[in-house]
Amino acid sequence: MRKKGIAQDLSFRAMDEKIEKAFKAIMALAVMVPFVILAVLLIDTAVDGLPRLGWDFLTGFPSRFAARAGILSPLAGSAILMILTAAIALPLGIGAAIYLEEYAGKNAVTAFIEINISNLAGVPSIIYGLLGLGLFVRFMNMGRSLLAGAATLSLMVLPMIIMAARESMRMVPGDLREAAYALGADKWTTIRKIVLPLSLPGILTGVILSLSRAIGETAPIITIGALTYVAFLPDSVMSPFTALPVQIFNWISRPQSDFHVNAAAGIIVLLVIMILMNSLAIALRYRLQRRID
Amino acid sequence: MDNRKPDLLQSRSLTERWISAALFACAAMSVAVTAGIIMVLFFETVEFFRQVPLSEFFFDTQWTPLFDQKHFGIWPLIAGTALTSFFAMIVAVPMGILIAIFLSEFAPERLRRILKPVLEVLAGVPTVVYGYFALTFVTPLLQGFIPELAGFNSLSPGLVMGIMITPIVASLSEDAIYSVPASLREGAIALGSNRLRAIRHVILPTAFSGIAASFILGISRAIGETMIVAIAAGQQPVLTLDPRVPIETMTAYIVQVSLGDTPHGTLEYNTIFAVGAMLFVMTLAFNLLALYLRRKLLKGAL
Repeated sequence: MRKKGIAQDLSFRAMDEKIEKAFKAIMALAVMVPFVILAVLLIDTAVDGLPRLGWDFLTGFPSRFAARAGILSPLAGSAILMILTAAIALPLGIGAAIYLEEYAGKNAVTAFIEINISNLAGVPSIIYGLLGLGLFVRFMNMGRSLLAGAATLSLMVLPMIIMAARESMRMVPGDLREAAYALGADKWTTIRKIVLPLSLPGILTGVILSLSRAIGETAPIITIGALTYVAFLPDSVMSPFTALPVQIFNWISRPQSDFHVNAAAGIIVLLVIMILMNSLAIALRYRLQRRID
Repeated sequence: MDNRKPDLLQSRSLTERWISAALFACAAMSVAVTAGIIMVLFFETVEFFRQVPLSEFFFDTQWTPLFDQKHFGIWPLIAGTALTSFFAMIVAVPMGILIAIFLSEFAPERLRRILKPVLEVLAGVPTVVYGYFALTFVTPLLQGFIPELAGFNSLSPGLVMGIMITPIVASLSEDAIYSVPASLREGAIALGSNRLRAIRHVILPTAFSGIAASFILGISRAIGETMIVAIAAGQQPVLTLDPRVPIETMTAYIVQVSLGDTPHGTLEYNTIFAVGAMLFVMTLAFNLLALYLRRKLLKGAL
């Protein structure tokens, strides 16, 4: 009876080892799949789009003829959108972060604002598009302009910027703050001279990362009514516009495969811009780390 | 600043008060955004229901607002959204949890530090790029196995969406598993259980509410995802569970109408806000449920 128990125990252990090995293999597979797919996606797009990429493509306007079409106007639209979005979202986001980190008391209002911000981060981007359409395009009469697009994107990235700014302000050592107070500085002076300069690289990292998300956003821009065929450069912030991802979407939705090649080339440009923005963010984060250490 | 005299203290505190009021206004802005979303959706949806009875919206089984013969039953759009989200979760749930277990229980610290940012890259790829991938690569690939698969279908964008959501599920599940106290893990090992049993009988049950929260946030993301389905799933709102035929999701419908020149004030214009309101309520419900589950996890871990 007892012998049998031990034998059973041993066979269980052998089984367990086999199961653990199998499980490890499955896990390794699960970890590898996303990377393989990312690689396939990049290679597939590169093969489709690289032959189309060239100076003419970057400096040409969209056209009815796939081989002549370029991305100058969408590229300009996206660039201006990003600058305006940063100009609107940056002060609002930093202001909100300063309030929540340095001024807010632990009360119901603060808790409400915090829950609200984390909820906003989960609202689908297309809902922001509907907000922009109802509020900026119609109610505030901005029309389907760059300004309306940038205002919409600003509201969308605001939660991300607030969270990033708060995190990097929390990394500023407390003794530096206290040293400023000890020297007679008031709260605002301490924030302006100590907290903000030290956390700025971290805040900028967060801002650049949010903007790199915003530049790839298509749905809210389409919803507020970006045009899909723009053969001119915007001359003011009230100008109608198109953006790079909108142009890519437009090319994908056409049945002719010539336009799909354009879409792939546009995707390469978009991804390169995003990679550049992300590298800048990583470099800034690295500088922040060094400064605080 | 050095020559400030004590009698200036009064004005200084006044400036402080102005500054703190301005900063509060920035923070309150986020509440105004939520209020703005609710108000815009509410007013336009009320306008919609003035012309379309509630019963038609919820009980009709056809959605044809852009045809002559108009029907306003939301179910075909909900079915389309549910179908693509279902395929996304079939990919994201097992992959996400396996990656989470690997990262938190098996991967050496160095590998973990490399893997996590690369996974984040996957979540950061613009969705229009995933849409292109689904339409021009995954669908033709799947057609090799399923000849009846249409050029637009719910299967291919659903699976690609699952890849996009996997990092979100993995990262949130990993946080949940990470928050399980080491004493529980060590207790299980001390009682003679091996690593796998400790994971199955102790760690996963303890982290359950956090892992469930990651699934629910994944579903919420899938429901709100727009471009992948707008590009690769089609624009045909039919009430079906067949993964091979073109369908239309709630988000894709909003895109379809936005691309046309629907004038302000028409019923077609109002439909996108009614659909948007439905979408907002659904994602909000899932997000709040996830928030509740994560709170429960934090309490349980203490």
